[in-house]
Amino acid sequence: MIFWIIAGWVGYLILPWYGVEDGFFSFEWLIDGYPFDDDYAPAAFLIGQGEKLWLAPLLLPLLAPLLVLRLKKSDPNYARILILAGAAGFAWLMAQGFGIGIRGFTADWLVALFGELDDRQYGMGYGGLLVASAFLFLFTQGIAARGAINGDVFVVSAIGGVIVIVTTFVFFPIAKMLFAAFVTEDGSYSAMVFASKFFDDRLWGIGCLYGARCGAAWNSLFLAITVGVLTTVLGLVFALVVTRSGFRHKRALRALTVLPIITPPFVIGLALILLFGLSGTVTQFVSDLFGLQPTRWLYGMPGVLIAQTLAFTPIAFLVLIGVVEGVSPSMEEAAQTLRANRWQTFRTVSLPLMRPGLANAFLLGFIESMADFGNPLVLGGNFDVLSTEIFFAIVGAQYDQGRAAVLAMVLLFFTLSAFYAQRMWLGKKSYTTVSGKGDAGVHPLMPKGLAIPVFLAAGIWGLFTVVVYGMILYGSVVELWGVNNTLTFKHYVTAFSVRIEDSGIRWSGAAWDSFWTTIYIAAAAAPLTAIVGLVTAYLLTRQTFAGKNAFEFGTMLSFAIPGTVIGVSYILAFNVPPIEITGTGIILIVSFIFRNMPVGVRAGIASMSQLDKSLDESSLTLGANSWQTFRKIILPLLRPAILAALVYSFVRAMTAISAVIFLVSAEYDMATSYIIGRVENNDYGLAIAYSTTLIFVMLGAVGLLQLLVGRTKIGRRTQFGSGEKP
Amino acid sequence: MSNSRIVGKAAPVRFENVSKRFGRDVVAVDNINLNVEAGKLVTLLGPSGCGKTTTLRMIAGLEMASDGRILIGDRDVTTLPATDRDVSMVFQSYALFPHMSVLENVSYGLTFSGFSKSETRDRALAGLDLVGLKGFDSRLPSELSGGQQQRVAVARALVLEPQVLLFDEPLSNLDAKLRRQVREDIRAIQQDLGLTVVYVTHDQEEALAVSDEIVVMRNASIAQIGSPRALYEAPVDQFVADFIGEANILPCVIQSVDGDVATISIEEYHYELPARGLGIGPAKLAVRPSRLVIGTARGFTATVAKATYVGVRMEYTLQASFGSMFAVQDDVDSPLDVGTEVTVGFHAKSPVLLPEA
Repeated sequence: MIFWIIAGWVGYLILPWYGVEDGFFSFEWLIDGYPFDDDYAPAAFLIGQGEKLWLAPLLLPLLAPLLVLRLKKSDPNYARILILAGAAGFAWLMAQGFGIGIRGFTADWLVALFGELDDRQYGMGYGGLLVASAFLFLFTQGIAARGAINGDVFVVSAIGGVIVIVTTFVFFPIAKMLFAAFVTEDGSYSAMVFASKFFDDRLWGIGCLYGARCGAAWNSLFLAITVGVLTTVLGLVFALVVTRSGFRHKRALRALTVLPIITPPFVIGLALILLFGLSGTVTQFVSDLFGLQPTRWLYGMPGVLIAQTLAFTPIAFLVLIGVVEGVSPSMEEAAQTLRANRWQTFRTVSLPLMRPGLANAFLLGFIESMADFGNPLVLGGNFDVLSTEIFFAIVGAQYDQGRAAVLAMVLLFFTLSAFYAQRMWLGKKSYTTVSGKGDAGVHPLMPKGLAIPVFLAAGIWGLFTVVVYGMILYGSVVELWGVNNTLTFKHYVTAFSVRIEDSGIRWSGAAWDSFWTTIYIAAAAAPLTAIVGLVTAYLLTRQTFAGKNAFEFGTMLSFAIPGTVIGVSYILAFNVPPIEITGTGIILIVSFIFRNMPVGVRAGIASMSQLDKSLDESSLTLGANSWQTFRKIILPLLRPAILAALVYSFVRAMTAISAVIFLVSAEYDMATSYIIGRVENNDYGLAIAYSTTLIFVMLGAVGLLQLLVGRTKIGRRTQFGSGEKP
Repeated sequence: MSNSRIVGKAAPVRFENVSKRFGRDVVAVDNINLNVEAGKLVTLLGPSGCGKTTTLRMIAGLEMASDGRILIGDRDVTTLPATDRDVSMVFQSYALFPHMSVLENVSYGLTFSGFSKSETRDRALAGLDLVGLKGFDSRLPSELSGGQQQRVAVARALVLEPQVLLFDEPLSNLDAKLRRQVREDIRAIQQDLGLTVVYVTHDQEEALAVSDEIVVMRNASIAQIGSPRALYEAPVDQFVADFIGEANILPCVIQSVDGDVATISIEEYHYELPARGLGIGPAKLAVRPSRLVIGTARGFTATVAKATYVGVRMEYTLQASFGSMFAVQDDVDSPLDVGTEVTVGFHAKSPVLLPEA
């Protein structure tokens, strides 16, 4: 309590109120005119100099909590003052932030009301941020004091904190983007603009039915459905091979599931170009053999389809292996004792039990395909899909924010519908339950009629995947693909050369800049993602509060928001005060936190629901409060989940491209966007060499994780194992 | 160590019109009043789903009462969270923290109570000593047997010297032999330290063995409160009679009431017993299986429908014209044959009159 009161005052009196231009972590302002220089001054100094007078009213809600210090916690005034002060302060902070921008008042009615304002303000900095947090947590303290959630300050504050950051960084930008779809050229709002952009032929045209081109929306939809079906079928095929056959190298197949995690999405597209492109190996071979003219068939729907199916089959496999294994063997054994043969058992029992899982895998494939940006960019050719159209609307010659916003809305509508269907329709419909009772049964083998096509499909596709990954490796050491096939390390040298000079090591390779930026950003985002994810998971599994379902839906929502949509909405929302962070590293970190938060939440929920709730309760009855319980009991027992969340958010931050490509700047370029840039310049060698390096770096990270988590788990099993038995 | 001996700070617990609802429709505890005297061991007994565990968790502060007041000592704790109540609890699953040693587990609560490091250690060691686990302090919970884990859980709760100590079915994870020993240990510690203990169980024998007072619960409310003997010998209704020990519920007619004494008849058999406020008319009679006497001079007639030899005694199912009943006899050497017609009477002082359904 006292801590947040002090924090509020520190933010107001001592720290610079506005964002410092040199970057969040640069401390140059300390010696450069602080505290009287306008750019660096704390709010109090600004007012003292008669500037930014609209910050003055904040003094009132800052003073009010001081009264509370004399009151008892049970005094109704204690809660009332804190709630009022927190809410008023926060509201005023928001109002002035949105009301006054870099050109004075931001809305006409404000000008009409108060007259023209000669002053201006920039985005919030340390001071503003700290004061805002102080108000927020004073407010939650007040709510807690009124008895919400048993008066638990930590839980109420955590809920408040998560709601505010999710609102700020997920809902606010999306809302801002939706508004942008209605903006006319002169800055006013009109439904006509939206309608004209929405009913554009390039979006909904059905020309492809009679030979012309179809709209991007239909293309995306058709592609996503096809990819969803294909990945589900192939995923099921692999899952059946692993669980229902005598296949011996199951572990190798399971390793397949790691691939999508460590592969930047567009790398598959690059490998396909090496194989089937104009100068690709297969293309050349076939044209020599049959004397055919090489064509550009790969560039368009076929190429994107193959690339996405390759990239997302492992995801479907990951989902389906759990489903196929989860079908209780005793059900299948029961069917067999009831005189069903193997094929009948599979058709009447196993498959129907897997149905919800299959639908789930399809929807995941659908969402992934819709959101994929890298492959259509590399392979799309004239085949327009929504995610790339959004990109070209923003960065292309057209620079049409409104059109980007409309496209993003359509894309968002598709993915959200799929997400909603997955959660609402499938959520309660799982037949695969692992009960506490031992199930000693064994899964029956596949019926013969099924086994042969399954093995065939798995074999072909498995081989294809191996060839594609081999291509990536091989392509990185070839001088110039299809033209000069001599082996060389040239591309690695260009990208990653290091010179030792007198002054120390010089990272002279072309890729080092973006490489280190990527590592730095990913490393900064990972722990923050893990913290936000685990705290949210804790709230979802361990606490009950009003609106919990909405809270859960909101936090998982960002999973369904395609990266391109996040990218566009962040540009639109955070280019202007009060939060002005485009072009900084912070916006990249923030976008990663909220893109990857669902991963952390899921990891947290999964392992937290394995911890018996009586552990928390006994800690509470022993006098620990919920923060102490969280820190001393839950966190230590969650070490594996924390590690997993850390590494996965790190790796995902390194492979992400769709949101990143909107948010990078000259100063903060990321590896993936750098590689895409190389691809656009037809510099495939360097791009592939760089991608290969990334894959190995991430393979190392994941391997390290498996090693660490594996160990921890063994330790836990012995602890819990005998702990259960009397 | 002598200055850190664990002492009881027993306080009474009071429930005043307490209800607990989950959601809108589920009533887990319905308007109960309860008084637990300081220094007594009170058992909450009932079938599963009767609200006994919810009641216990409301004392702990893990559930908040929807209505009514809860007092511990003189303090109204109704809205106080678990952290701020001077209550500790032994969980069914023990809930020992698997990543902490035995000593760390026992010290855990003490570290939040403002004791110095050495004091904390002394108290924790004294607690372990009390439950007979001296020298186990550096083990992990996984390295202990179930009974030992159980005792660590007790020590962890005891060292805080709580005003009330709660047990949630503490014996259900132990085997039958250990159960008897641990329950005797718990009772001995409770009496030595004069603790207020509230104890939840669904095992009536366990309840009879350890309690000063038993609260029988049914359908979210209290069916009867009383000492073990009072409950066994004078249950208020069929539910309690049947739940505490087995009872045969026989239909009878009250012929006359003279002061406290009622004369009843079952067929031609007349019998005198305390009236318990009932008037003339049909009623029920609760009789323990061991209190049915087979082969008396006066009684009603029945046929032996089933005879089972279980070693220490014989168990008979008897069929009379008004229904069947269950009886046990210590005489195993001359068992009755199935189909034998017998005269059945009651031991003196044994049957209890109950109101008609």
